[in-house]
Amino acid sequence: MNKPLERLYNGIIKENPTFVLMLGMCPTLAVTTSAINGIGMGLSTTVVLALSNLLISILRKVITDRIRVPSFIVVVASFVTMVQFLLQAYVPAIYSALGIYIPLIVVNCIILGRAESYASKNPPIPSLFDGIGMGLGFTCSITIIGAVRELIGSGTVFGFNIIPIKDVAAGTHGYIPISIIVLAPGAFFVLGIIMAIINRVKLNNIKKGRKVYEANCKESCFGCPHSNICLNSASETKVINSNKANE
Amino acid sequence: MKTVLVVTLGAAIVNNVVLSQFLGLCPFLGVSKKIKTAAGMGGAVIFVMTLASLVCSIIDKFILKPANLEYLNTIVFILVIAALVQFVEMFLKKNVKSLYNALGVYLPLITTNCAVLGIAIKNAQTGYNILLSTLNGTFTAAGFAIAIIIMAGIREKIEYNDYPESFKGQASVLIAAGLMAIAFFGFSGLI
Repeated sequence: MNKPLERLYNGIIKENPTFVLMLGMCPTLAVTTSAINGIGMGLSTTVVLALSNLLISILRKVITDRIRVPSFIVVVASFVTMVQFLLQAYVPAIYSALGIYIPLIVVNCIILGRAESYASKNPPIPSLFDGIGMGLGFTCSITIIGAVRELIGSGTVFGFNIIPIKDVAAGTHGYIPISIIVLAPGAFFVLGIIMAIINRVKLNNIKKGRKVYEANCKESCFGCPHSNICLNSASETKVINSNKANE
Repeated sequence: MKTVLVVTLGAAIVNNVVLSQFLGLCPFLGVSKKIKTAAGMGGAVIFVMTLASLVCSIIDKFILKPANLEYLNTIVFILVIAALVQFVEMFLKKNVKSLYNALGVYLPLITTNCAVLGIAIKNAQTGYNILLSTLNGTFTAAGFAIAIIIMAGIREKIEYNDYPESFKGQASVLIAAGLMAIAFFGFSGLI
């Protein structure tokens, strides 16, 4: 369970933060206008995630339970500020393309989620690899989304021309880019269709009787990282409804 | 006056926080099942975001800027927002019971709403003064409320429609959000 390789596999495939757990949606939609932006955002998040997991895991016996969330936030925010400076100094192009979404790595639910559910309970080395695995899983998925959007929206991937573009001035025939895909609505469409494909695979698995994730926990599903892949999970508003009922 | 109009209209409709800036997507996807809960969430966000932009811009102007500590704004703002939400919750619970009953359950969820921190940082980066920052916060939150209430209306309607099994759940919500984003594109020539 705690072997470094197993953590990497878990983060990249089994519990992929974007496609399986559906965490960190804001950067996923916002920065994936091109594959290179996806990689930039993904790697920055990976660095923050790995280092904050490591530090939180080292400090896990010092931080008391009551103040753990503010402490986690301070740790994460410090690393985000460092990454922000590094990007500004060495890759200003990426820095300006990602803009406000770099400081917003702080509120990315993947990072606090991993700190809470893994790093605060496990030794430093597995936590470091858990962070790297989750980060790489995130990087892979948003690079894939970025590449799809870039390919459909402007006919290129990583800035290289893949499909010959129709050029009226030069009189060449070719592909007319569907530019709405790189604009805001396209982000929703692409992610929606990807989600539908994943649902389809999941439904097929259930039909064939393959094993799907089923937790036997009694806690509320709200905020549970597995709520999207778990059969027991009811609606997302379960907590709110139960709170309402208590009043 | 003209700047005020441009900032408010731009924040609420033209650069809608959810549909064109992709901030605050988690509550937008999570608590948009019923119009009633969506309206509650919208109200709570308006309340918190107004306060948070006001407090953050005051801190930015009177503490961070004079001390040349602007680079610390991410750390400071997130802590201020988290503390503020806690205080507001305690204050409402003790003193304004009716408002607490309406908004209370949504308040803890707002700390994780990236739109609040996003707007505070954006205000500091664009260099709005305190009045404009507060207005920007309020109207951005109003834009969020508009988007989430429309979304809840759409979801209440499509719940009984017959569409492919694979699109049930988040997928259909995302497609609907895409169509809404196209509709909001129509406002882009406004300012």
